[in-house]
Amino acid sequence: MDVMPKWAEVVLVPLISLLLAAILSGLVILAIGEDPIAALKLMIDGALGSTYGWGYTLYYATNFMFTGLAVSVAFHARLFNIGGEGQAMLGGLGVALACLIIPWPHWSLGLLGAIVLAGAFGAVWAAVPAYLQAKRGSHIVITTIMFNFIAAAVLNYMLVNVLRPKGAMDPATARFPEAVHLPSLHDILAPIGISFSKAAPANVSLLVAIIACVLVWLLIWRTKLGYEIRAYGHSESAAKYAGISPVKITMIAMIISGALAGMMAINNVMGEAERLVLNATEGAGFIGIAVALMGRSHPLGVFIAAILFGFLYQGGAELALWTSIPRELIVVIQALVILFTGALDNMVRMPLERIFLALRKEGN
Amino acid sequence: MDFFTLIQILDATVRLAIPLLLACLAGLFSERAGIFDIGLEGKMLAAAFFSAAIASMTGSVWIGLLAGIAASLFLSGVHGLASITFRGNQLISGVAINFLAAGMTVLIAQSWFSQGGRTPSLSGAERFNPINFPGALTTTNEVKAASPLMQVYSELLSGHSLLVYVALLTVPMTWWLLYRTRFGLRLRAVGENPAAVDTAGVSVVGLRYAAVAICGILCGIAGAYLSTALQAGFVKDMSAGRGFIALAALIFAKWRPWQALYATFLFGLFQALELRPDVIEAVIGMKVQGQFLGALPYIMTVVILAGFVGKAIPPRAGGEPYVKER
Repeated sequence: MDVMPKWAEVVLVPLISLLLAAILSGLVILAIGEDPIAALKLMIDGALGSTYGWGYTLYYATNFMFTGLAVSVAFHARLFNIGGEGQAMLGGLGVALACLIIPWPHWSLGLLGAIVLAGAFGAVWAAVPAYLQAKRGSHIVITTIMFNFIAAAVLNYMLVNVLRPKGAMDPATARFPEAVHLPSLHDILAPIGISFSKAAPANVSLLVAIIACVLVWLLIWRTKLGYEIRAYGHSESAAKYAGISPVKITMIAMIISGALAGMMAINNVMGEAERLVLNATEGAGFIGIAVALMGRSHPLGVFIAAILFGFLYQGGAELALWTSIPRELIVVIQALVILFTGALDNMVRMPLERIFLALRKEGN
Repeated sequence: MDFFTLIQILDATVRLAIPLLLACLAGLFSERAGIFDIGLEGKMLAAAFFSAAIASMTGSVWIGLLAGIAASLFLSGVHGLASITFRGNQLISGVAINFLAAGMTVLIAQSWFSQGGRTPSLSGAERFNPINFPGALTTTNEVKAASPLMQVYSELLSGHSLLVYVALLTVPMTWWLLYRTRFGLRLRAVGENPAAVDTAGVSVVGLRYAAVAICGILCGIAGAYLSTALQAGFVKDMSAGRGFIALAALIFAKWRPWQALYATFLFGLFQALELRPDVIEAVIGMKVQGQFLGALPYIMTVVILAGFVGKAIPPRAGGEPYVKER
């Protein structure tokens, strides 16, 4: 018997956790001598007050949708993939190779090719820890952390020693050809009469991310494989008894997870920078953890949480620009969200359960 | 490569291995009691900032050290609250602590000092300065000309800060505490089979909080070492993945104190060699990529975890919250 009604479970608990995180963030802003209300206003103005702001918010949100979905899929199989950052880095490598080596005739074909290669690179980077977990019992959290560092070293090596154009100083690839330039939201919305900021980096990848949300929802709740993943996540022994192979599920869930994280690169590498630079991921792989926790590993929740974090990211950049609050405020908020919605979940849940129990007794 | 270069590299190894060693032992206490801690990195970073900041404000490195330990203990408290009291996910809590430290240190540094997320440079009594043994030579030229034994004495053994010697002493102390005291026995038991400890009438919660607190103190010293001894002041993200290398060393050492010493010194050697590519080239006759050496601890950890070189079995109850009644 569930103690709490479903709406409380799905909406109330995350909302209270979020509120706690927001209050603490406000106190932090207050403590460093700034006005939290004014800061919030500035963030809303900067991130949502113009199509330019929206363009950035949606651009960041696109990154977080991919990484949030990646963490969510792994969560459903009760696997904690901290390696989204490394998988996204490798995805960037895949995108760079796809764009630089193959002369695509049109951006749409280029995008497809980039998605395939980015996904494949990310999937391979997740498959190794998955294999080690499934076959050799090495803890996936530790191996994915290690793979983040190894990915950074690989990327560093590739950019400095292999992909850097001759004579260039900074460790980055050459610019991608004009043919693989992805249409921005401005280009997409102009034909239907909506004017959108030209300078903002939000691009067609957003649509790919939304499609990915729908596909993940279909996969998890409407297919046999998704059922097996969830069953395995709920109880390994029951899943085994039902004939579900732990090795197979661990591998498949992590490969999908890695591919999703890798696909983030079509947004930040192909859509925005149009070349691969060091630290292209900017921690988006880790924000995926906060997004997945807040979205309760549901694609719709991930979608909403990604937009919220996109807002925080762009709003935080505006704050750093206009006030003395550094960008790192976002890292603090992200930490508080992970702490309250993830680790301290029971702190919110236990008293709520007690309240609902008391209410039910009175009702009888 | 001459003898003096070797001594110089070993000297750098000691200096770079010390924060890894302290963090590794910190993790050892926590994980031996059944609490996974991937927040070592964050605790070190927070301690590094607060010890440098307070040392700079008060002019005393000792008050700085205490502040660093306090900051690290606070984060340990958060981790304990989440993973022991509220039986939350210990890994997620660790991730949150790492980000909390990464963000808060820069935020507070900017608010207090307005120097782009760093503290002012420390000097004099604001730092742990090198201790020179009696009779030890101090200038590089003098040491270079001395006999090999004198070189070892002056360059390798002498001239480290107090915290280096403290950290080295921590190893036998940890061994003694874990394997020769009642507390140690119970601490190890609570990581393997908490129900048995509970049945014996010993508080599982109390033991685990004690372990997490020891972890906090050791991480605090490690962080203070980074900003007040190894370097002179705090810079953003200065822990630079050391908490994770320490975690790798802990697995490498299979959760044992003496082996932790060897593992951290091995990883310290890699870090020292990364800074001296010329030496590697001279010794093995070919160029080794710096990135490869930097990634070597991580690669080795994966290989070890995969069980290709001996099997690393973590404490059995690690990562699971203890529920008294089922």
